[in-house]
Amino acid sequence: MTHVLKIEDLHVSVGDKPILRGVNLTINHGETHALMGPNGSGKSTLGLAIMGHPGYTITGGSITLDGEDVLEMGPDVRARKGIFMAFQRPMAIPGVKMADFLRHATTNVRRPDRKEGEELIPMREFRKELKEKMAHLKMDVEFARRYVNDGFSGGEMKRAEILQLAMLQPKFAILDETDSGLDADAVRLASESIADIGHQKMGLLIITHHDKLLEHNPPEFTHVMLGGRLVETGGKELAEELHEKGYDRIRKAYPDAEAANQEMLAEEAAV
Amino acid sequence: MATDITESEADQVGEINKYNFRTETTGVFKAKKGLSEEVVNQISDIKNEPDWMRQYRLESLKIFNERAMPMWGGAIDIDFQDIYYYLKPTAGQGKSWDDVPQEIKDTFEKLGIPEAERKFLSGVKAQFESEVIYGSLEEDLAKQGVLFTDTDTAVREHPEMLREYFGKIIPNNDNKFAALNSAVWSGGSFIYVPKGVHIDFPLQAYFRINAESMGQFERTLIIVDEGASVHYVEGCTAPMYTTESLHSAVVEVVVKRNARCRYTTIQNWANNIYNLVTKRAYAYGDATMEWVDGNLGSKLTMKYPAVHMMEPGARGEILSIAFSSAGQHQDAGAKLVHAAPNTTGQIISKSISKNGGRSSYRGLVKVEPGAHNSKNNVVCDALILDPESRSDTYPYIEIAEQDVQIGHEASVSRIGEEQMFYLLSRGLTEQEASTMIVNGFIEPLVKELPMEYAVEMNRLIQLQMEGSVG
Repeated sequence: MTHVLKIEDLHVSVGDKPILRGVNLTINHGETHALMGPNGSGKSTLGLAIMGHPGYTITGGSITLDGEDVLEMGPDVRARKGIFMAFQRPMAIPGVKMADFLRHATTNVRRPDRKEGEELIPMREFRKELKEKMAHLKMDVEFARRYVNDGFSGGEMKRAEILQLAMLQPKFAILDETDSGLDADAVRLASESIADIGHQKMGLLIITHHDKLLEHNPPEFTHVMLGGRLVETGGKELAEELHEKGYDRIRKAYPDAEAANQEMLAEEAAV
Repeated sequence: MATDITESEADQVGEINKYNFRTETTGVFKAKKGLSEEVVNQISDIKNEPDWMRQYRLESLKIFNERAMPMWGGAIDIDFQDIYYYLKPTAGQGKSWDDVPQEIKDTFEKLGIPEAERKFLSGVKAQFESEVIYGSLEEDLAKQGVLFTDTDTAVREHPEMLREYFGKIIPNNDNKFAALNSAVWSGGSFIYVPKGVHIDFPLQAYFRINAESMGQFERTLIIVDEGASVHYVEGCTAPMYTTESLHSAVVEVVVKRNARCRYTTIQNWANNIYNLVTKRAYAYGDATMEWVDGNLGSKLTMKYPAVHMMEPGARGEILSIAFSSAGQHQDAGAKLVHAAPNTTGQIISKSISKNGGRSSYRGLVKVEPGAHNSKNNVVCDALILDPESRSDTYPYIEIAEQDVQIGHEASVSRIGEEQMFYLLSRGLTEQEASTMIVNGFIEPLVKELPMEYAVEMNRLIQLQMEGSVG
């Protein structure tokens, strides 16, 4: 079965401030989409809205997964249905070991009908798989004993997000600037890992400013967001153009969207 | 809560056997309700105490009557004349299992506490049969010169030591509730660890065979002689249920030069209990005293374990955790007094409030004149799970020296919306996510606990989070 994540005319606000103003996007299983755009244009908001962050209010439009209404689902249900987001700034959960957290998460995602209190994936089986995946990501075994994102360096956090991606094996993954804050070697490792995990097996939405991640994960589609709308969609060459030349052409071509973007940036700065 | 025994039945018992900690008695005795010289004398009679202890009790009663209620902490509404101050523990008598509230029984069940222990912990049964198991342990300790018994026995068998230390760390005029305990105390543990002796397993076993230790007014005295070390574990995570509404213990600890003492408590009282406890340790030259103190349940807990660092190089550490739920107020905290130079203190205090529960941290850090080059650090974190709950911090800091290092960090957080979202986005349910966050929050305490307590503690938190524990 081919899975489809479909976003139609999505409007999202934070408080009473509109951010997304009518986004349309369809991601089919196996496709890689790049989402680019200047700061404050609403890229992360789109990801967080798809994942169901409670701080973002959907004021219009729809998100469906294989025809099912995603907006009706809590974030945990979305995760169990196969949606994943690698966060730009993942939260630390002090006192909770990575391995314990991952065992819960992996069990729930793989066995979405599991009732609370039912057994988790057998420890032996889980450990074996976790070890393999960590070795693949060149992560020290000690990492599994550390507290979730607590005191992690930027690079460690991003790698931990990719480890989760590898363990949870979602249908769709949103990567929110998974390459930022990483040095060149780490970016290469991250992008190779993502390619390795196999985007053939999922739909990918890669939010990025840089092109390194895209080298190993060339997008079939590139979308440009400005002022809360997707103003242009192209192929790999659009991503390359934006990397080389920046957003000046886009800003000039869509003055209304540019005005909205400036307004959003000003509000963000005022907060 | 009604009991099976009426006062007239208690009167009929007549001849009361001399109370003996290790002997199962057939008699039932309950002192008259209310507090009076007569009751205090009666307690002293039954325990066959030396005169100095009787006089100490009577003097303490006077102090109790004179002293005002504390002006801080939580609201205390106790009718002191409506309480039984002494109930002689008996096996299988006194209360009926049917009287134990269902929620307490459920908690025992869910914690996996064995049947016999459940009855013991809820005061229905005294668990004398465990004695056999711990007999060899006792022998082993005795060979090393360790004294480990209940405090009543200690008064009779080790009078010199008792006279030297009893009421010296926490005198009867320390506060109203210390005076109350000093007047009507009963049970509790007495430990003496001789010079240079290291006990490398936690001392806890006896607590489970001494019903009176978990009484209302237990009195504990621990003396760790020079260069010795001990870890004492008191109480447990199971709910402690009593028909009385007041628990007021006094715990005194002396840690001599180069010695080390750790005292671990996890107390989980039934929700009708006022839990008003005074705990204090004196740590001498280069000695270390550690309190690991967890408080769950009760209507109001007021408890501030203290370490007075009496000589250079002494070290005091307090790790305290409070969990308050509906109808509960945990006024918990810690006190560290630097009374000598080069002393070091640390307080880590964590509180969790849920379902309208209230937690407060009340702490004192005091550096006395001359205690130069002392260092102290306080970390105080509160976690509030819902908008109905409340947390307050009352840190008192008094410093009379210049060259000291004092740190205080406090943080209050709601269960982070972002943390929650993060865990939910990984497929965890809300219940699993909040339990995980809370378990992580108390991890610093749990990792200090002996294994079986740590397991029970995690299970207990899970029950608290499910809301199935009152």
